[in-house]
Amino acid sequence: MEFSFIPIILSLKVAFASVIIVTCCSIPIAGLMAKHEFLGKDVVESIITLPLVLPPSVVGFMLLVFFGKNGPLGKLLEQWFHTRVVFTLAGAVIAAAVVAFPLMYQSVKVAIESVDQNLEKAARTLGARELRVFFTITLPLALNGIIAGLVLAFARSLGEFGATLMIAGNIPGKTQTMSLAIYFANEAGYTGQASILVMIMTVFSFLAIYGLNRWGKGSKRGSRGGGE
Amino acid sequence: MMFKAHFRKKLPTFELDVDISLSHGILVLVGPSGAGKTTILQCVAGLQTPSWGEINIHGKTVFSSERCQDVPIRKRRIGYVFQDYALFSHMTVEKNVMYGKPKKGSTSNKVLTVSNVLEMLKIEHLRNRYPRQISGGEKQRVALARALMTEPELLLLDEPLSALDQDTRSTLQQELLKLQARWQIPFIVVTHDVQEAEMLGDQIIKLDQGKQEFFKKLDKAQ
Repeated sequence: MEFSFIPIILSLKVAFASVIIVTCCSIPIAGLMAKHEFLGKDVVESIITLPLVLPPSVVGFMLLVFFGKNGPLGKLLEQWFHTRVVFTLAGAVIAAAVVAFPLMYQSVKVAIESVDQNLEKAARTLGARELRVFFTITLPLALNGIIAGLVLAFARSLGEFGATLMIAGNIPGKTQTMSLAIYFANEAGYTGQASILVMIMTVFSFLAIYGLNRWGKGSKRGSRGGGE
Repeated sequence: MMFKAHFRKKLPTFELDVDISLSHGILVLVGPSGAGKTTILQCVAGLQTPSWGEINIHGKTVFSSERCQDVPIRKRRIGYVFQDYALFSHMTVEKNVMYGKPKKGSTSNKVLTVSNVLEMLKIEHLRNRYPRQISGGEKQRVALARALMTEPELLLLDEPLSALDQDTRSTLQQELLKLQARWQIPFIVVTHDVQEAEMLGDQIIKLDQGKQEFFKKLDKAQ
């Protein structure tokens, strides 16, 4: 069996798309959750964090129920957009985003909560509205945590296996990402091919974590980050 | 009367009972920590809500429990200098000072540029530095400049000099007095230092456990 780069490209596509979705959703949600108290907040928070503790197969099963032919979201997509996500790369992106979301959410929320409230109060006394306070004070000062969340979410998306397999399947050239390719290459006895992918995956993950650590150390010495 | 406040605020261990008014000059609130001084400032600024009462600034009611009125912080036209200065660490001195500059076309009675304010507070050379690159006394000046840039009608200062060494402190006390004379808006200063209170205050109110214990009106023109 010939070595193919396609799983790597697919994995990167999935990881980038997932990180974009996760970032767009997690920042406003974490912002709201960090700043507001409401009835049932704990329940919402638990639901958000659930994919972090559930086995990936459970997440995959749930996604199938929602996005499957007869699932509520699957039906809507079929009727309105004549499209489906099951056994497509979009399905893999959704699976990756769902499992990566809690990681990003937790990092962003902690980062937002750790911004000195006096700075936000100061901005208000200087005439800023809540949105301006959030975008010019809270977010820039929470940047460290947001970047950390971003890297974790990217790494998690890159390595997603169980849920992806269930909703996107293992279609070579279409939905077969790196982690799926490794598993199936090894199953089929192509250990050479599996080892190359394993090495690439390890290097990617190592670089992500190494870069994160370096960046964290640099920013402690540098100009950005909370506090003085 | 430029400023008048009569309100109560329930705190965990006691009830704050405030009745202050100020037409000009500097009012100093002095008392031990935990006496409720900062809470008074925060109520006036709109960062906290009194349980009962009324606050008037420049003839406008900004808070009234009776009329269910609570003007948002950004519309109260109050300058607030925080105890730890609360400078934005990710912005340069100039950006910090610019943050609250009223937009063009909004009602402002003075024509202020950043350079004016920086020059007045002798921090023009710090323009492009970040807060972590300047000293405590300089931070205090930046915080003052930032608050004044909003063209406030009342300036609140929470322990403005407590973190500074004695020399810087004396210099800045003098400068605060000059600044007030030049700016012609009332200042309310919170401090735990009785000497500093006497040095700065046209009026001094001593607080303990939320009660106004002692009131002194000085005539500093003598």
